[in-house]
Amino acid sequence: MAGPVQSIERAAAILRLLAQGSGRLGLGEVSAALGLAKGTAHGILRTLQSVDFVEQDKETGKYQLGAALLHLGTSYLDINELRSRSINWADALAARSGEAVRLGVPLEGKVLIVHHVFRPDDTFQTLDVGSLLPLHASALGKVLLAFGATPLEPVMEAEPEGYTRHTLTSHQQLGRALGEIREAGWAAAVQEMIMGEADIAAPIRGQGGLVVGAIGVSGSVERLCDSRGRPDPPLVGLVRDAARAVSRDLGAARW
Amino acid sequence: MVERYVLSIDQGTTSTRCILFDHQGRLVSVAQREHQQYFTQPGWVEHDATEIWANLGRIVPRALENAGVGPGQVAAIGIANQRETTVLWDRRTGVPIGNAITWQDTRTDALVDELRRTTGDDFFLDRCGLSPTTYFSAPRIRWLFDHVDGLRERAERGEVLFGTVESWLIWNLTGGPDGGLHITDATNASRTMLMNIRTLSWDEELLGYFGVPRAMLPEIRPSAERYGVARALLPDVRIGAALGDQQAALFGQTCFAMGEAKCTYGTGSFLLMNTGTDPVRSRHGLLTTVGYKIGDEPTVYALEGPIAVTGSLVQWFRDRLGLIHSAPEIETLARTVEDNGGCYIVPAFSGLFAPHWRSDARGVVVGLTSYITKGHLARAVLEATGWQTREVIDAMNADSPEPLKALKVDGGMTANNLLMQFVADVLDVPVVRPMVSETVSLGAAYAAGLAVGYWPDLEGLRRNWHRAGQWMPTMDPARREAEYENWRRAVERSLGWMRS
Repeated sequence: MAGPVQSIERAAAILRLLAQGSGRLGLGEVSAALGLAKGTAHGILRTLQSVDFVEQDKETGKYQLGAALLHLGTSYLDINELRSRSINWADALAARSGEAVRLGVPLEGKVLIVHHVFRPDDTFQTLDVGSLLPLHASALGKVLLAFGATPLEPVMEAEPEGYTRHTLTSHQQLGRALGEIREAGWAAAVQEMIMGEADIAAPIRGQGGLVVGAIGVSGSVERLCDSRGRPDPPLVGLVRDAARAVSRDLGAARW
Repeated sequence: MVERYVLSIDQGTTSTRCILFDHQGRLVSVAQREHQQYFTQPGWVEHDATEIWANLGRIVPRALENAGVGPGQVAAIGIANQRETTVLWDRRTGVPIGNAITWQDTRTDALVDELRRTTGDDFFLDRCGLSPTTYFSAPRIRWLFDHVDGLRERAERGEVLFGTVESWLIWNLTGGPDGGLHITDATNASRTMLMNIRTLSWDEELLGYFGVPRAMLPEIRPSAERYGVARALLPDVRIGAALGDQQAALFGQTCFAMGEAKCTYGTGSFLLMNTGTDPVRSRHGLLTTVGYKIGDEPTVYALEGPIAVTGSLVQWFRDRLGLIHSAPEIETLARTVEDNGGCYIVPAFSGLFAPHWRSDARGVVVGLTSYITKGHLARAVLEATGWQTREVIDAMNADSPEPLKALKVDGGMTANNLLMQFVADVLDVPVVRPMVSETVSLGAAYAAGLAVGYWPDLEGLRRNWHRAGQWMPTMDPARREAEYENWRRAVERSLGWMRS
């Protein structure tokens, strides 16, 4: 097993230092207090600044703890910001796929729909924004579970509810499905919540690759799947492309 | 068969964008480049027309590359542009006479005041459908004549040409000094104060009034027509359309029937309603403008209500008050409370535009009590955009033969669900967001595609329009009326704050 990573230890020490006393220190003070070369301390501070764990006062140049640290554990990306950043990609996904598009984020053990684009056939549809879906019975939810955007334990403990005969209700089934989703990079839920309905989703990643939400298409099984109930590969490709495009916009480098 | 596309150029206030659309009206690729803003004196805002033309030379190839498309696959070019911005250039060298003076530039304010005082609005309204403001181009030409030695004489000899930005781009695209086409379209010409709104030709009396020689003016052409082929950038590709950006958005939203309207929510907001083939003279503070003119078909007119401050109020809330980190967070903050708590903000930062046109108004926050939180202020910020929309719609309904049945919306603020629901609530009509949010570019593409037969007719374009979202009114009518009354009382308090 590899030993501790020195730069992370040093970053932790800087954060502890900034959490003490007045909480505003200059570069010289930080490097002197920890016995670090100024260049090293500066590099770490800059990195911490880029992930919003540290802020630098514009006038004095002094460093202090960043707002993001105070909200660790709550969602770091505002849901309205997420909608605003993904709206063009979601529209493009709906236009290309011909299906309704939804974006979901975790909220108290459910999926909260934060954005919804109508299926482009001009039939009467109503906005689903604000509604909640079960995590274990929707592709959006399974993506959030598979990529650690929300904990799995509460879902397992609460005995997942069976909506149809296809709903994954056993721990074993769900655990295996989530493993496959992590492997494949996308999820489908075919008639797992409502008979005749399916959805396909992929993860939206923010800075550092952290999954902050899921985007997907939903509609009738006949349109989304082949005759054997398998999701249509071109549709999966469109969903994954849209997810990657939003992720790039949010600053996720590799996806 | 090789797929063909329409290329749209949106020459905007801050950047120039080039977008390729396919036959379904779907966006295929985008390239964009910002240009420099020159704030040379207080109230002056200029652009370098040479830089804008050079930027076009960079983004057109990039948009084609992104899509893997050759110039041979471009069926037509359509242009949408920032309106009223004034470019003068040397016919022989193609070099602009100084910087372009943009629509935001207020250097002509003293001149405009003088015009209104001595001549009165009716003289202008009867001819061009506009009353003088610093927006429009003619006072700028006059200002340049008054400040640049020998310019008027050179213009009279036909050595200096005038154009809004689409004229400048088309002239350069079609050869520049070497036989470039000097043309404008009726929507852009309708913003100069020089075109007769009924005949769509340069008005002798207005030309005489402003002292603008006819020799410097471009030929007025329909918004969609085969103008000619490009020689630079996209050799042999047909140029099929030009429209002012807000008219392009009206066209992109397929507001083809009388009474159909769109509002583009940006820094400011622009509401345009199709009023059919007769120009409607507003008695309620709206502008009469050309909506579009397709080939030989009758001219379609529009009423326009510009609102100065909508999105920029959210920016102010973010940058000047620092209560949010990003613009979309205003919705999160506003949702921390149930209502406005009795607080209203009238954002008359530089006076009020339509329908009030009161330059003596300044912003007010009213109804403050110790109960008010930043959440209530966030609500009041968003509601200000809703009520300002309502005031313009009321004016339109009073002027137009057809009352509004639904409002089509586009622009950045349409991502704000709370705001869009509020707009539906206060207008008491459905608010509809289309699937392609780039309505300005799409409108220019549609008009160009129509001109060259890429799309058959308006009905074909309508079929490309799809609803991406819709908000239905749910507000209790009694509450709507009470709130509107409060808003009107707040507006009253903003008036007359500036002493002349």
